[in-house]
Amino acid sequence: MSTTLLLHILILLPVFGYVVSLCIPERFEAAISSVSTYTVALHFLTFVLLFFQWISNSGLTIDLKDIVIYKTAGYEFYLDFCFDKITAMYLFVGSILTFLVSIYSRVYLHREKGYKRFFNTLLFFYIGYCITVLSGNIETLFIGWEILGICSFLLIAFYRERFLPVRNAVKVFTVYRIGDIGLIMAMWMSHHLWHQNISFMQLQNDQLVNTQLEVHSPVGVFIALMILITAAAKSAQLPFSSWLPRAMEGPTPSSAIFYGSLSVHIGVFLLLRTREFWEHQYTARVVIVLLGLATSIVASLIARVQSSVKSQIAYSSVAQIGLIFIEVGLGFETLALIHFAGNAFLRTYQLLVSPSVASYLIREQFYNFQPRELTFEDTWPKRIEHSIYIWSLREWDLDLFMARFLWNPLKSVGRKLNFLNIHTIFWFFLPSYLIGIWCLYARVDIPDQIRDYLPALFSLIGLSMVLKSFTERKNVLMSWILIIMNHFWVALAISFNEEFKIDQVFMYLSGIVLAGTVGMFALRKIKLLEESTDLGNFHGHVYEHPRIAFTFLVACLGLTGFPITPTFIGEDLIYTHIKEDQYVLAAITSLGFIIDGLSLIRLYGRIFLGPHIKTYHETPYKSS
Amino acid sequence: MEKVDSGFNEHDVLHELKHYLPAQSPLKDFIHHNTLHAFQHQKFFTALRNSSKIFGYKTSLALDEFRRLYVSGRIREDVLSRVLRERMGKENVNEWKSKLLSKKYDMTTEARVGKLRSQWEVQFGMDLDVLVHPPLFRIICSYLDQGISIWNFPVLHKGFLNSIREIEKNSYASFFKSKRAKNLLRSRCKISDLLKIVVGDPALYKQYLYDQQFAHQGWSGMVSAIEDFPETLLDTKRVSLKDLIILELLLEIDALDQKFGEIWSPLGFKVEERPEDIFSEVPQSEYDTVLSLWQDAYEWSYYDDVLYAIASKPEVAPAPAVKTFQAMLCIDDRELSFRDYMEKVDPACETFGTPGFFGVEFYFQPEHGKSYTKQCPAPVFPKYLIKEIDISEDRKKDVHLTNHTHSLFKGWIMAPTLGFWSAFRLFLSIFKPSMSPATSSSFNHMDKVSKLSINFDEKNAKDKDLQIGYTVDEMATRVEGLLKSIGLVEHFAPFVYVIGHGASSANNPHYAAYNCGACSGRAGSVNARVVCNMANHAEVRAILSSKGLAIPDSTTFIGALHDTTRDEMVFYDENLLSEEKLAIHTKNVLAINQALEQNARERARRFELIDLKLSPREIHKKILTRSVSLFEPRPELNHATNALCIVGRRLLTKNLFLDRRAFANSYDYRIDADGTILTNIMKPLGPVCGGINLEYYFSRVDNEKLGAGTKLPHNVMGLFGVANGFDGDLRPGLPNQMTEVHDPVRLLIVVEHFPEIVLKTIKSADAVYEWYINEWIHLVALNPETKQLFEFRDGEFVLYQPLSKEFSRIQDVSELLTTRRDNLPVFVLD
Repeated sequence: MSTTLLLHILILLPVFGYVVSLCIPERFEAAISSVSTYTVALHFLTFVLLFFQWISNSGLTIDLKDIVIYKTAGYEFYLDFCFDKITAMYLFVGSILTFLVSIYSRVYLHREKGYKRFFNTLLFFYIGYCITVLSGNIETLFIGWEILGICSFLLIAFYRERFLPVRNAVKVFTVYRIGDIGLIMAMWMSHHLWHQNISFMQLQNDQLVNTQLEVHSPVGVFIALMILITAAAKSAQLPFSSWLPRAMEGPTPSSAIFYGSLSVHIGVFLLLRTREFWEHQYTARVVIVLLGLATSIVASLIARVQSSVKSQIAYSSVAQIGLIFIEVGLGFETLALIHFAGNAFLRTYQLLVSPSVASYLIREQFYNFQPRELTFEDTWPKRIEHSIYIWSLREWDLDLFMARFLWNPLKSVGRKLNFLNIHTIFWFFLPSYLIGIWCLYARVDIPDQIRDYLPALFSLIGLSMVLKSFTERKNVLMSWILIIMNHFWVALAISFNEEFKIDQVFMYLSGIVLAGTVGMFALRKIKLLEESTDLGNFHGHVYEHPRIAFTFLVACLGLTGFPITPTFIGEDLIYTHIKEDQYVLAAITSLGFIIDGLSLIRLYGRIFLGPHIKTYHETPYKSS
Repeated sequence: MEKVDSGFNEHDVLHELKHYLPAQSPLKDFIHHNTLHAFQHQKFFTALRNSSKIFGYKTSLALDEFRRLYVSGRIREDVLSRVLRERMGKENVNEWKSKLLSKKYDMTTEARVGKLRSQWEVQFGMDLDVLVHPPLFRIICSYLDQGISIWNFPVLHKGFLNSIREIEKNSYASFFKSKRAKNLLRSRCKISDLLKIVVGDPALYKQYLYDQQFAHQGWSGMVSAIEDFPETLLDTKRVSLKDLIILELLLEIDALDQKFGEIWSPLGFKVEERPEDIFSEVPQSEYDTVLSLWQDAYEWSYYDDVLYAIASKPEVAPAPAVKTFQAMLCIDDRELSFRDYMEKVDPACETFGTPGFFGVEFYFQPEHGKSYTKQCPAPVFPKYLIKEIDISEDRKKDVHLTNHTHSLFKGWIMAPTLGFWSAFRLFLSIFKPSMSPATSSSFNHMDKVSKLSINFDEKNAKDKDLQIGYTVDEMATRVEGLLKSIGLVEHFAPFVYVIGHGASSANNPHYAAYNCGACSGRAGSVNARVVCNMANHAEVRAILSSKGLAIPDSTTFIGALHDTTRDEMVFYDENLLSEEKLAIHTKNVLAINQALEQNARERARRFELIDLKLSPREIHKKILTRSVSLFEPRPELNHATNALCIVGRRLLTKNLFLDRRAFANSYDYRIDADGTILTNIMKPLGPVCGGINLEYYFSRVDNEKLGAGTKLPHNVMGLFGVANGFDGDLRPGLPNQMTEVHDPVRLLIVVEHFPEIVLKTIKSADAVYEWYINEWIHLVALNPETKQLFEFRDGEFVLYQPLSKEFSRIQDVSELLTTRRDNLPVFVLD
C-alpha cells in the first residue's frame, strides 16, 4: 500500500471508530469497548505496515501535503502529515498503551455510569493524539492539540457530579489554555517569518532556516520561547507542574494512560517536532536545559514527600520529564525518545497497579518495619531540612503561584469592569460597533494617528468583554453574549488593521454566529426549565438535562474556535493580518482567545457540572 | 462583656463529636460496623430520620425505587396492606396506600450541619474549605503516612501539633502565611481561644466544630479512630482530634488574615439568624412515614416467604447416622451455599456454621513478622499469641510497587530499562492474569507447611504481655465450647474439617473487608489449624471425655482454608495422617472440590460478564481469573444481598435455596434448655452480622455520603485510607462495586428455641438488647416443637402468621443459575 494511503488510514481510522462508537446505544457495553479496542488494534497494524515501508525506505522522513482547506492570495491553510523517527516512537507507545488500556477498561468500567462516555472520550483523545503526532505543519498540529485539551477536560471531569473533579478539570484546562497562547503566538510569528504556513519538512532545509533566522534572530528566540511555554505547560514543567497530580480524578486507567503517559509527554513531542525552530538558538537551548533541570529537582523533592500513591507517581514522572527536557536540549534525541517510551510504560503500569500498593506495602511493612528510615535529607542541618520539607509539602507554592499571577489579576480586572452590563452593551457598545462598521464600509477617512490605535483599542474592548464574561457571577446569557461580542470586536479590529476581505470575515464569524445561536438556544432552554442558573456556583444540571448539556458543550467548542467550524481557520487567518511588529495587538487578541476559552469552560462547568443543586437523590460531599 | 466559654465544654463536645464521626479503622483493619452506630440508642426509623435531617444522609431507598419494586412485585401487595393495617389502622389503609403509590413529595434532603459555617461564603465571600482543606489534608496525611512517602515527616514522636511546632520553630519556611497564626501555634492556645477569634460567640462554638469536622468527616473519623487505637497503625503515631481541630482553626485564621488582615469580625458577630441547634427535635414528616412504611413492606415481602418456608417446608429425611465427614465453616453468608453443595455431593456428610475464629482467640505472628495480627472478633482483646515457624517460601517482591522508581537518578536509570519490562508485565496482566505480588491472597496469610506454637511451653512462656500458646486446660475449654455451641457432641465422623475462610483480590485497597470478619478482617486459616490441633490433642480429649464429651480415637480434625473468591481450598497438616486415613481424606477432598466447582457456578450468575452457558469447569476458571485480574473491581461480591441469619439445626435450612443471603449459625436447642449457650451465640451476632448488614444497607442507600462511591478513581492515601484523586476527603464505607446488587433490608435473625428462652438471652446484656428493642435487627423465634413463629416486637414475642400460603418449589436450581441474574426469592427444593 502506498504511504499516502497508510497515512490517511492512520488519520481516518480513529475518526471512523469514533463515529461508530457514538452511534452505539449506551447499554451495549461490549460493542462499545470492542469498537475502541479493534480501532486501536487496526491502527497499530497500519502503523506497523507504514513503519516497515518507512524503514525499507531507509528511514527518510515522509511528508504528505494533504488537502488544502482554504486558499487565498498569499495564504494557504492545508493539512500536512509527516512520519519520522519521532512520530514512529510516539505512535508506537500511544497505540500500544491505548490498546492495552482499552481492553483493561472493558472490564474495569463494567456497569459504571458513563461507560460509553469514557470510551468515546478515549477514542476522541486518540484522534487528537494521532493528528498531533502525525502532523506535518503547525496548523495541523494545533488541530490535534485542541482536541487533546478538551479531552483532558472531559476525562478529568469524568465524575462530573462531584465538585473536585470538575474544579480540577477547569484548573488543568486553564493551564493547557495558557500553554496554547505560546503556540498561537509562535504560529503568528512563523507566518511572518516564512510568509506561508510552513511544514516541518521544509524547516529541515537548513539553508532556508539559517538565512531566515540570521536576519530575524530575536524573532527566532521569540518563537522558541513561545514553543517552550506550550511544551512546559503540557508536560507539567515549572511553573506549571502542580496540575498533574490534580488531573488524577478520573477512573484509574484514564489517569494512567493520559496523565501517566501520553498527555504529559506531548510537550516533549512538541519540542522534538519543532526542533528546527530552536536548535540553532543557543539561548533557547540553555533555557530548555535549565528548565528541565529545575523541574527535575523541584519535582523530585515534591515526589519524595507525597503520601498518596498517585500524586507520588505524578511528580516522579514530572521529574523524569524534566530530565527528558535536558536530553532534548542537549540534542540527545534518541535517548530522549527511549526515555519517553520507558517512562510512559513505567508510569502507566504503576498507576494501574497503584491500588495494590495498599496490600503490598502493608505486607512488606509488616515484615520489614523499621520505625524511621533515615534519608539523605537527614544529613542536612535541621533548619534546612525542615524548610525544604515544608516547601515541598506546599509544592513550592506552584499552585498558589498560578492563582496569584494568573487568576487573581484577571479576576480583579474583570470585576472592575462593572460598567459592562446589559444597558451599556445595548446603548453604548452596540451603537459604537455599528459606527465602526459604518466607518469601515463607507471608508470614512480617519486620521492615521487615530487609525493606528483603533485595532488595538477595538481588540481591547473585545478583551474587556471576555474578562467581564469570565468574572460574571449572575447573568449567564450576558456572559455568553459578551463572548460572542469579543469575536465581533476582533473582526472589526482586524478589518481596521489591514485589508481583511469580507469573505474572510465571513469565514471567521460564520462559526461564531452559528455556535452562538445554538448556545443561546440551549441557555434559554435551561433557564426556562430551571430556576437556578447563576454563575456563582456549580449546578450540575447535566443530571437532568444531558442533551442540553451536550448541545451547549458543542456550542462552546464552536465558540472557542475548535476545529469543527470555519472559525478555526478564521482565527488563523486573523493572525496573518497582524503585522509582525504589532506585539500589543497580537497579545491582546490572543489573550482574548485564551480567556474566551476559559470563560466558556467555566460557563459549561458552572451550569451543567458539579454537585447537583437538587438533593432528591444521592449527592456527594463538596470535599469529594 | 460576656463571660468567656460560657456554655462550651470542650471535653464534652469533642467526646460527643467523636461519637458521631465515622468509626472506620485503617484499611488493613477494615471491620464492618453499623455506619450509624452513633444513633443506635434510638429506634431504627427515628435514627434514619434524625441522621438524615442532621447530617444530610439519604437513609433509605428513594421513593421511586420503592414504587418500582412494588410494580415489579418485589414488594408484595398483601404485605403492604398488612403493614398499613397494623401501623396506620384498618380504616386508613386506602388513604395511605394512595399516598405511598402516587402522592408527590418534596424529596430534597437538607442538612443542618454546615449551616453556620456556610455563612463565611455569604457574609465574607470566602470559600474557606477550598483554602483550608488541601494543606490540612496534606499535613495530616504526611504525618500519619505508613510508608508511601520516601521522605517522612521530619519530627514524629512528639504528637501531631508538637511535631508541627518543632518543625516550624526550626525552619525558614512555614505552613502558615500570616504572623498571627504562627504566633498562636507557638502560644499553645486552646480550642476555645481560637474559636473566640474565629466564631466569637460561645453559644455557636459547638455548632461550628460540627460544621467544620463534618465538612471532611473522612479525615476527622480516621484521626479519631487512630487516637482511640494507636496500635492500629504499624508505625504508630500519636494524634488527636483536638490537635486536628486546632490546626484547622489556625489554618482558617491564616486564610482569613491573608485576605482581610488581622482585623475582621468573628463569624458569630455577623450571623443575623441563628441556625437552630443541630440536635434539636426533628419533626416527623408524612414523607418520613411513607418511607418507613415502604421499608417495612419491602423487608417483610422477603421475610414472609422465608419464614413460611422455614416453618412449613416438608420434613427432611433423616440423615444417615454414619457420616463420611463433618465440616465446620464460618457463619458467613458466603459459606451456606458451599455447605449445600458439599451435602449434595456427599449426602452422608454433615456441615456446621459457627463464627470463623472457631472460639480460639489470639494474636498471630507470622515468621519474620514485626508485629501481630488479631485473629478474633474486633471487640475481643486476647491474651494469647501464636507464632509461626519454619516457613517454606519467601515473599516475592515487585519493584513497581515500591518507591524506588521515584527518586530522580534511580528513576533515570529505571525508566528507560524497567519501563519496557513494565509494558511486558502490563501485557501479561491483561492477557494472562496470574498471581503476583500485587495480589492479596488468602493462602499467603500463613505458610502451608509452617509450624505453629500452639502448646504452652513454660520455657518460652511470654512475649510482652501475651502468653505463647495454650495450656491443655485452656484448650479443652475452648474445644468444648466450640463443639457444644454447634451441637456436635456425638456421632463424630472419621474426619472433622474445620474450614476457615479468606479471599483473594488484586488491585483492591479494601482487601481486608473481603476476609473473615470474625478474624478481624484476616483469613481464618490459623484459627482452623489451631483449633484442630487442640481437638486432636490426646490430653485435651481425655479431659473432654471426663466431661462426657467423648471424641473417638478414629476421629481426626483437619484445618483448612476456603478462599471465597477463588472457590479453592487448602488443607493443613495432612502430612500427619496415616496412609490409610490419607486415602479416605483424598476421597473427601475430591467431593469437596466438586462442591467448590458447583459453588463457583452459583456465584457466577451474579457476574454479568460470565457466560452462564459454559461448563462448570470453565466457569470456575473464569472465577479464578477474576481473583487475580488487576482490572476486575468485583473479584467477588462479599456480603452483598445478605438479609438473614439462621440460628438452629441444619434441618431448618436444608432443602432451601437461600441464594447466599443467610448467615447460618449451627445450634441445637436440645442440649441447651436454659439458653446458656445461646446467650454466647447471640452476643456477637449484633455487632458482627448486624454490623455487616447495616454497613451494606447504608453504603447502598447513600453511596456518596455513607459509602465510598465508585472505587475506580480511588487513590491510596498513606496506606490507611482511600480518597478520590489528590486533594479530596477520605472515603469511609463500602465502594459501589461491593454494594450495587445489595437489597437494603435489615437483618432477620431466626432462632430455633422457645420464645421465652430467646427473650431471656437477648435481655442478658443491654448492648445485645439494644439491637432488637430499637429495631436495628428483626428477630423471630421458631418454637421447635409447634413450629410456630414468634416475632419480637416492642419488647415481647408475638405470634407471627405468614401471609404466604404456598412456597415456590423447584426440582433443581441449575436452571435458575443459568437464567437468572437478579436477587432470587426463597425456593423449596424437592
